[in-house]
Amino acid sequence: MQNHYPLWKNLLVLIVFAVSTIYALPNLYGDDPSVQVASTRSTKLAQEQANKIESDLKASGLNIKQFEFNNGQVLARFNSTDDQLKAADLLRDQLSDEYNVALNLAPTTPPWLRALGAKAMYLGLDLRGGVHFLMEVDMDAAVKQAEDRYTDDVRLALRNEKIRYQSVAKDSGFIKVKLSSADDKPALLKLLGKDFRALEVTEPSEQDQVWLKLSEKDVRETKKFAVAQNMTTLRNRVNELGVAEPVIQQQGEKHIVVQLPGVQDTTRAKEILGTTATLEYRLVDVEHDVQQAVEGHVPVGSRLYYERNGNPILLDRRVIVTGDQIVDSSSGVDQDGRPSVNISLNGVGAAKMGKLTQANIGKPMAVVFIEYKVETKTVNGQKVRHKEKVEKVINVATIQGVFSHRFQTTGLDSPQEARNLSLLLRAGALVAPIDIVEERTVGPSLGQENIGKGVNSNVYGFIAVAFFMIAYYRLFGLFSIVALSMNVLMLVAVLSLLQATLTLPGMAGIALTVGMAIDANVLINERIREELRIGMSPGAAIYAGYERAFATILDSNITTLIAGIALFTLGSGPIRGFALVLCIGILTSMFSAVVVSRALVNLAYGGQRQLDKLAI
Amino acid sequence: MELFKIKHDIPFMRYGRVTTTISLVTFILAILALSFKGLNFGLDFTGGLQVEVGYNQPANVEAVRKVLEEQKIPDFSVQNFGSVKEVLIRVPMKAETNDVKLSEVILAKLREQDPSVVLRSVEFVGPQVGKELFESGGLAMLLVVAGIMAYLAARFEWRFALAAIIANMHDIVIILGMFAFFQWEFTLSVLAGVLAILGYSVNESVVVFDRVRENFHKMRNVSVPDMIDNAITTTMSRTVITHFMTQMMVLAMFFFGGEALHNFALALTIGIIFGIYSSVLVASPIVLWLGVSREDLMSVRKENAEIDNLP
Repeated sequence: MQNHYPLWKNLLVLIVFAVSTIYALPNLYGDDPSVQVASTRSTKLAQEQANKIESDLKASGLNIKQFEFNNGQVLARFNSTDDQLKAADLLRDQLSDEYNVALNLAPTTPPWLRALGAKAMYLGLDLRGGVHFLMEVDMDAAVKQAEDRYTDDVRLALRNEKIRYQSVAKDSGFIKVKLSSADDKPALLKLLGKDFRALEVTEPSEQDQVWLKLSEKDVRETKKFAVAQNMTTLRNRVNELGVAEPVIQQQGEKHIVVQLPGVQDTTRAKEILGTTATLEYRLVDVEHDVQQAVEGHVPVGSRLYYERNGNPILLDRRVIVTGDQIVDSSSGVDQDGRPSVNISLNGVGAAKMGKLTQANIGKPMAVVFIEYKVETKTVNGQKVRHKEKVEKVINVATIQGVFSHRFQTTGLDSPQEARNLSLLLRAGALVAPIDIVEERTVGPSLGQENIGKGVNSNVYGFIAVAFFMIAYYRLFGLFSIVALSMNVLMLVAVLSLLQATLTLPGMAGIALTVGMAIDANVLINERIREELRIGMSPGAAIYAGYERAFATILDSNITTLIAGIALFTLGSGPIRGFALVLCIGILTSMFSAVVVSRALVNLAYGGQRQLDKLAI
Repeated sequence: MELFKIKHDIPFMRYGRVTTTISLVTFILAILALSFKGLNFGLDFTGGLQVEVGYNQPANVEAVRKVLEEQKIPDFSVQNFGSVKEVLIRVPMKAETNDVKLSEVILAKLREQDPSVVLRSVEFVGPQVGKELFESGGLAMLLVVAGIMAYLAARFEWRFALAAIIANMHDIVIILGMFAFFQWEFTLSVLAGVLAILGYSVNESVVVFDRVRENFHKMRNVSVPDMIDNAITTTMSRTVITHFMTQMMVLAMFFFGGEALHNFALALTIGIIFGIYSSVLVASPIVLWLGVSREDLMSVRKENAEIDNLP
């Protein structure tokens, strides 16, 4: 029997159909607007806390569709986005800093499907609304910071080793060490070989100098670290913002993609994500004259700063504590009602702070607020943007007693600033400034519209193709369309299993895949007609049609696959989504067009002993 | 139903000179359009800011324009987008507009003027991003061309690979030429469409070549041009119907997919139409002129031998 499939092949088709249906099914269920509450600390919420949240919500008279408490997280589902937003506002007001309230779209997939691991495709930002940022890490600044750090460290080491020097300064790409006497050079080289192996040493003709430079490897490491560290910080900040299912990914060498689904308040998101604000604690230099420093004679161990009101102030060059030693912070008000930030330090920072405050009781200490600001300046008639490090002394206070782990800082402009600063300190500082180089925001209504457009394109196109195929190839056309439907089903199931992100270009990819996948069936059907025309028996024509068309189908699909893979590897964002759908669609279409349609044809004609006519 | 009942082979190869001349002329026109008018690159490539806002009632474009003028924003454009209720504001990339916060300033001012305004979308692309897109786009194109040529050369023969790629590049240049001539916006999704066409359109050539190869085996004592004519004629029906089907899906995107898919569908449409033409009337004459012969294909083709011996 030429046109007979063995049992296992028919079973295979059935099993593939069943499995695809199960995994494609969750996409038919919609999402519930919901609010998710979790602890900002690493602990989980307790049952009582969840109960409290539930009773708070019920007391407000909001209509809760469902209240779930799982894995120490609360998920409250609502019937409308309106209720959802109200509930989120209510919870944010009532709950303290320790809770993280996030808006979310919770899938309504029934439990039995969830138990099978079936999940709906993840909708891209262009379909669900939200913000997409592409951020560029300022690598030059990261390297410069590393150089600054080394400059300070070398200076400190020289002092500790009692090697006298005239200056340690950055100059034309080097850290130049100028010694007081050339006799100390061997001691310096020994020190460098011991403690500063990462630095490349150059000995210029001047006998009293040694030039240092960061090694290639160190520069690379610094850059890598800057991106990794910034990603961690961004992740913390995003969590603080209260966004469900954020995406934070590295792209290329120096870019970071941040996607915040459902976020509408882009102003705050930008403010929080892009800010480099951090704090530094320094002792005030009371020994030298500030006026002289303003005139240009800054003492060696000090730096000149300005307070908010513009008054100059001299601070010690050495930092006591930097922002990255802060482990926790919260905003509040001090006894006098001024906005303040409560700070907790890690062990190293606390020890330093404790030692220092003990030795300097009665002396003033300053808090420096550091921020990068972008400014546009006109240079040679051309507008140039550049980043400027703005350092301001926000607070000078006399050390009243010894403190180490926990203390308070005041001097901020507003409660809002205190709140943002405490959030930023809690989430960690960005080690290198970042620039938002791309932003795409899609409002929720446009997202809904886009879903409609994508679905409509597919549905109307499919109906037109189905109508024509059945009119043109009759029964064989019907088989082709059933196979094509199976192709779409398999494609959706595979995409759901991969938890791929579905975007509008992805939906276009599905439509295009449908349009291209039908080619295989047209090839087969045309071939069968042709074989019939040259006088083959119907049974043999079916057999030859499928077999002969297969080589052509393979060749033409592989060429398209090559294009798809190239698009996937080189494309970015939406293009990748399109390419992924295209590639998977080609693979599934090979199965559906050849195996599935053949199984149907065999079922219809394979059993007939005397076959003299085909409905083609 | 059957639309193509062609009794005799159509002598396509006899018109080879005419068809390739037509191709050459369109090709040169496309190149001219590209070099004199250039592509109208979208935001993705040039960088800049694009803000789409919606109103409850038909939008007052003039009022929006005035708000932007007051903000001293240089070279902006304001137009209706999709419907009369939606407005699209574009601000090209300049040093003073290279600021993510600009969209918020604009929105805040528009809200002052009319509180009912809703933000539909914002796109801000820095200048560096666009440059990188050019590079990766060009690289993707090269990779596709190299990959397809390598595959065809291995599966068929180098003459086929070369002919298919020439036909294909001809399609691509014509799509780009059309976009340049009509100054349609060339966006990232159009680029994706062009690259997809690169893979799709080569199918045509593959199907014809496949048949040519088969004919080399079946038809003895027939001249090569006649053999090619036969291959084209017999696959004609499939070519037209397949493209018609794909085109229906593309038309659905064109009409129902909204602005975002509009130009993408346009690029695909041009690609599909010229794809038929070039694969039949450009690729095949080139194969002929490159001097393909029976011996060239004999060694490569073994796997289908048993099918040819079927009853």
